[in-house]
Amino acid sequence: MIWLTWRQFRTQAVVAAAALAVLAVVLLITGLHVAHAYDTSQVPGCGAHHDCTSAAQNYVQSLKNNPLIFLTYYIGLVLVYLVPAIVGAFWGAPLVARELETGTLAMVWNQSVSRARWLATKLVVLGLSGMAAAGLLSWIMSWWIGPIARAGDYNRNGAGSGVNRFLPILFGAGGIAPIGYAAFAFALGVTAGVLMHRTLPALAVTLAVFAVVQVVMPNVIRPHLIPPVQATSSFNVSNLTELLIDGGPGSSGAPMTVLAAAEVPGAWLLSNVTITPSGKVFDGPAPQLCMTGTPQACNAWVGRQHLRQRITYQPASRYWDFQWIETAIFLVLGLALAGFSLWRVSRRRLA
Amino acid sequence: MTVALEARGLGKRYRRTWALTDCTLSVSAGKIVGLVGPNGAGKTTLLNMAVGMLTPTTGTIEVLGGRPDGSPAQLAKVGFVAQDTPTYRNLSVADHLRLGARLNQGWDDDLARNRVGRLGLELNKPAGKLSGGQRAQLALTIAIAKRPKILILDEPVASLDPLARREFLQHLMESVTEQDMSVVLSSHLVADLERVCDYMIVLVASRVRVAGDVENLLATHRRVTGARRDPADLPPDWEVVHASHTDRQTTMLVRTKTPITDTSWAVTEVGMEDIVLDYMSQATTGYKPALEVSS
Repeated sequence: MIWLTWRQFRTQAVVAAAALAVLAVVLLITGLHVAHAYDTSQVPGCGAHHDCTSAAQNYVQSLKNNPLIFLTYYIGLVLVYLVPAIVGAFWGAPLVARELETGTLAMVWNQSVSRARWLATKLVVLGLSGMAAAGLLSWIMSWWIGPIARAGDYNRNGAGSGVNRFLPILFGAGGIAPIGYAAFAFALGVTAGVLMHRTLPALAVTLAVFAVVQVVMPNVIRPHLIPPVQATSSFNVSNLTELLIDGGPGSSGAPMTVLAAAEVPGAWLLSNVTITPSGKVFDGPAPQLCMTGTPQACNAWVGRQHLRQRITYQPASRYWDFQWIETAIFLVLGLALAGFSLWRVSRRRLA
Repeated sequence: MTVALEARGLGKRYRRTWALTDCTLSVSAGKIVGLVGPNGAGKTTLLNMAVGMLTPTTGTIEVLGGRPDGSPAQLAKVGFVAQDTPTYRNLSVADHLRLGARLNQGWDDDLARNRVGRLGLELNKPAGKLSGGQRAQLALTIAIAKRPKILILDEPVASLDPLARREFLQHLMESVTEQDMSVVLSSHLVADLERVCDYMIVLVASRVRVAGDVENLLATHRRVTGARRDPADLPPDWEVVHASHTDRQTTMLVRTKTPITDTSWAVTEVGMEDIVLDYMSQATTGYKPALEVSS
């Protein structure tokens, strides 16, 4: 069975390996540049000699000015997300459905090998290959993005905590999570093919379901995998990143919101609100001073309001806990789907 | 004597329509069974249940005493060539033989290679580039070289031209005599089957109309022609398969075990093709279904 599996999978495997090799070379060359630029920038050891934020901004800006690096960054990220989807749609979905369409199942299922063994062998060989491809790409991309993610912690904008590897967009494209995604997507594709009997609809459903899962997971489920940490501290005006007033000069009682950057390097910031001493969310009203006076005077006024900053976040130290939990969730889902497909196929409920 | 194929009350329903109803059969081993019927009669459904590609809705089916449960032991006993003789397009002839060797303990590689050589199939050619006849031969080779005890072929010659048809059946018969196995093959054309089969099952509109040894069927069916008369006056052991009338005359295909001595009937022997065709047209004229006889 292993021979047949390999024989049928050979072309795809070679194409995938070649594509991965080309990609690895491109990432290696550009990645070395990213790392070298980091080492020679002012970011390492900043704080003592330079302002870290401006050092990080300079570093990231220098990378952005290089179109090759800029493109590789985005294409690389997209590809790490795409590989599991491709594995699911183009390896998983056709696995049973294509053979059902061409009628070859009727031939191969009538050799002296049980269907369970036939499918199990294919699931293992193709599934592990897909997981390996996703894991390899994720590993390379994690290395590639490492310096940017480190510098990103200083490169805050708005109320964010900086661009670090814990941010949803980078979290799913790094570490071991893509291995879990690949296992899940592959089993999802196989199951869709087993249930729908046709390759094209199964392929479409696989992509659609996987896309939905990739949106739901980071937005709805991942924040709660471990209860987030909540911290309240006094509002530091020197960290002020946002000051909005909904009104013009002359208006009285205009709503006003202020936000300060959160000082939690490497963390995944879930919320950041500014509250009054009584615990209510601060919403103004804005004094005339802030509409007519200088920004410095307004900031000084904000500093006198005894505001507090309340943040909820997942600390940086939990990064690998989250990686393991997320990977395990998707592996279990993948195994469950694979088990279902095996059961369905060997109970002859096909065709 | 072992039973090659045994069905009891077998039926299969797809959503609302029954593809096969109340099929009861018992065919002893060693026969070459022809399964004939018009397109959509349920032949493929019956054969697919025999090899376990489909699960019956009602009743049971056993092949060589075993349920088609997909177990390696049962699979090893049965060689199956599905409709349109599917093969892997991108895999070469040699790859197909290797597939057979890897997936069957009882694989007879010499037999497979001899057969492929005799047929003139190029080992390096992808199956997708073979002609329909060659592909059918390749599929048959794989089914035969696993050395099954029964060979089940679903419309193996349907897509072949008359010459390839004859060659295919000829090769099939050679292999069968060499290997001592039972064969079940289906076709919607009686002509394909009557030369090779010694047992015939006629399936029409999802029901078995008649089944029996060809010899027995030939011996018991007669075409009779005579003056038109009241059906109640016919001998009680006559079973009218099909009748057509003119104003004065009646022509019937009857089934009877006793010789026809009444000289007011002109009696002629009939060939298998005519018998089968009369059973098929019976379905449209609405006669009571004939009971099947097992031998």
